[in-house]
Amino acid sequence: MKYAAGDEIRDTKAPAGPIEDRWEKRKFSAKLVNPANKRKLNVIVVGTGLAGGSAAATLGELGYNVKSFCYQDSPRRAHSIAAQGGINAAKNYRGDGDSIYRLFYDTVKGGDFRARESNVYRLAQVSVNIIDQAVAQGVPFAREYGGLLDTRSFGGAQVSRTFYARGQTGQQLLLGAYQALERQVAAGTVEMFTRHEMLDLIVADGRARGVIVRDMVTGEIERHVADAVVLATGGYGNVFFLSTNAKGCNTTAIWRAHERGAYFANPCYTQIHPTCIPVSGEYQSKLTLMSESLRNDGRVWVPLRKGDDRVPGDIPEDERDYYLERIYPAFGNLVPRDIASRAAKNVCDEGRGVGPGGLGVYLDFRDAINRLGRDAVEKKYGNLFEMYERITGENPYETPMRIYPAVHYTMGGLWVDYDLQSTIPGLFVIGEANFSDHGANRLGASALMQGLADGYFVLPTTIGDYLAAGPFGEVEEEAVAEAEIKVRSKIERLLSVNGTRTPDSFHRELGRLMWDHCGMERTEESLRKALERIPELRTEFWENVKVSGTAEELNQVLEKAGRVADFFDLAELMCLDALVRTESCGGHFRAESQDADGEALRDDENFAHVSAWEYSPEGVPVLHKEVLEYEYVKMTQRSYK
Amino acid sequence: MNLTLKVWRQSGPTDSGRMVTYRVEDVSPDMSFLEMLDVLNERLIIEGDDPIAFDHDCREGICGMCGMVINGVAHGEQRATTTCQLHMRHFEDGAVITIEPWRAAPFPVVKDLVVDRSAFDRIIQAGGFVSVPAGSAPDAHSVPVRKEDADAAFDAATCIGCGACVAACPNGSASLFTAAKITHLSLLPQGQPERLTRARAMVDQMDAEGFGGCTNTGECTAVCPKGIPLDAIAQMNGDYLKANAK
Repeated sequence: MKYAAGDEIRDTKAPAGPIEDRWEKRKFSAKLVNPANKRKLNVIVVGTGLAGGSAAATLGELGYNVKSFCYQDSPRRAHSIAAQGGINAAKNYRGDGDSIYRLFYDTVKGGDFRARESNVYRLAQVSVNIIDQAVAQGVPFAREYGGLLDTRSFGGAQVSRTFYARGQTGQQLLLGAYQALERQVAAGTVEMFTRHEMLDLIVADGRARGVIVRDMVTGEIERHVADAVVLATGGYGNVFFLSTNAKGCNTTAIWRAHERGAYFANPCYTQIHPTCIPVSGEYQSKLTLMSESLRNDGRVWVPLRKGDDRVPGDIPEDERDYYLERIYPAFGNLVPRDIASRAAKNVCDEGRGVGPGGLGVYLDFRDAINRLGRDAVEKKYGNLFEMYERITGENPYETPMRIYPAVHYTMGGLWVDYDLQSTIPGLFVIGEANFSDHGANRLGASALMQGLADGYFVLPTTIGDYLAAGPFGEVEEEAVAEAEIKVRSKIERLLSVNGTRTPDSFHRELGRLMWDHCGMERTEESLRKALERIPELRTEFWENVKVSGTAEELNQVLEKAGRVADFFDLAELMCLDALVRTESCGGHFRAESQDADGEALRDDENFAHVSAWEYSPEGVPVLHKEVLEYEYVKMTQRSYK
Repeated sequence: MNLTLKVWRQSGPTDSGRMVTYRVEDVSPDMSFLEMLDVLNERLIIEGDDPIAFDHDCREGICGMCGMVINGVAHGEQRATTTCQLHMRHFEDGAVITIEPWRAAPFPVVKDLVVDRSAFDRIIQAGGFVSVPAGSAPDAHSVPVRKEDADAAFDAATCIGCGACVAACPNGSASLFTAAKITHLSLLPQGQPERLTRARAMVDQMDAEGFGGCTNTGECTAVCPKGIPLDAIAQMNGDYLKANAK
């Protein structure tokens, strides 16, 4: 696949000067909108997860007219609800040496030096306010007996800064945002549209002015115009078919915005999580994560010998390979996600994997049970053990769990500046849908932080600066009609193919291809193969997909087909991005770029930049680079040995 | 495994609906209930039939979107389980399984097994929140909360809003759902200023939506995937009475 080199991106709108003052400076320089004028300004927010829900609630509270859209039956269902672990904040309530600077430092390092310093510093600053906000809303975080908030430590950090609500932190934070949102709905500042899917962005006079959506119950195509549009539509990990994402998560909203001119940054950055329940069969529809906290007490191993099919209990100690403890003696089973994931893949590739298909490693609690007693283990991890047993039918107290890495979170997304504005004026992108804060890898408990920081605190300030010049007047009918026709014709095209394969069968094949060729390990050869195969598969899709039913009803096959169609185009860009980036960093492992020990080798000289892709209708994407400068955190090779 | 499914098919709210029988073969015991339906649906699409519409999303038992009545029990017979976490190994080879949507007047059927649960959102809109503006909350440690209270509040807060409680209740009552939210917020200091007005507004809204009254049958808590206890309803009733006594 060809691409062209475009201009470098030089201005990200981040203020200059000492990093700790930049956000204050930006807030002060942002123009304000007086309360009477806010009522005249309309904002569309698509997506109701942590980012979108908190943004819509806050904008409504500020006095703007907000329209909020989600594809589920209620905003409370957004996939943020499934986040288990916790949310980081630099409160230093433990007095263990935490600070905004340390959270900033850990996050930049954890992102393998591919995130922006200014953004990450702001994220660390705002993290403190998020906890205050959530507590005031009644989020029932874990507490100590003295009544103060409890915290725990998490991967990638040496301090205890993770606030949590058992294993359901995402749920509680999301319900907090959802309740704030419903309060605004009742107050009349937010109008809620559930079971609506965004199918195109309306751009008029060079500005984002609205969306075309489909009412998923009646099939009606609706136009909604506004003075600004906010996308908070989450990540695109479902391009791999099997992932930890909810089934409905898709790329359609951001991809259509990309087609309308928004740059897509670092599409190939995919976070792989090491502790998922392995795939059990062809019919499998999704993967379930087991909390990373299990690695605090569980020991990871595989048989020493290839093809050893004895039950784990029959394999004696000297015939087991505790490979993480062997290769990384300093960190052992607690190495970061990207390292643990790749090590598991390597032993399985050697033929030493366990379980059906040999794609699994043991996470064994035998020693922990012997040391602490079964009761203590049950107290700590009981709900996770129960969940595991429910899904696999195996009792992890008696036989070790089997785990394997899986696609979890996407660090790429639409390019945004410091104000979270995309390359289309008036189009703001927040949460996982943008690319800005995580670099090439993400530490545990940092995604919830970003979603809420963007939604409650950053966007409400920066969007005001844009809206101060509004209202922007009538939207040209031509622009709206063009977008609507495009949406309708795509739907008609999908319905008219009438082939012999289901959308899911194409999705499964695309996902497998992406996992094998652009997954945990990529090579020039694998990526070139994928780039050859994806267009063939896409052609077959448009010639042979079968979409039953009509457009004027609730039609889940049609919904699925439209999303798969967009995944094809995204998959191609992901492979191209991975091919061009001939270094390894974070979750992106290019086999050609490794050191003598087989560890990921970054190439700071050539790749300390964001790759922001501009869409081209002719199929020759244009690559714009944004150089990343590290003034505060020195770029070093990560080592865990 | 080979199974016979009797599934409720209803093309839209105005259609009267009927049970339709399907045979599914080669079902793996490791499949989730929804994956079994996926396999059937793929076959129906290829055969040119309309696949069965059902709601689902996270498939991890937390979003609350999935839900169907399986063999007469909301989410199926396995306790404390959402439909997406129910696996086929709990069924016998050759079994006949009936699948129906949540049935309650305030949950109109949209299509097949999909129902409209927006009444729940309107109950939350009536007062299921703490009125706090964004951006200027006091430090989180300025109000200590007893651990026991925080834990109990959390237990109530785990409600996923799936609606199984309504589907299981012979009266079609939404008391367990409403009580879970009222209990969560009434156990925390942050929820106190609005405690009584909240209880009154939410209960009144629940009634206005057409949900039935609670007669303490307990079917709701028996099917609740998150084990919300019946005590929550007592807490709600207590607050509601106090609110109306004032």
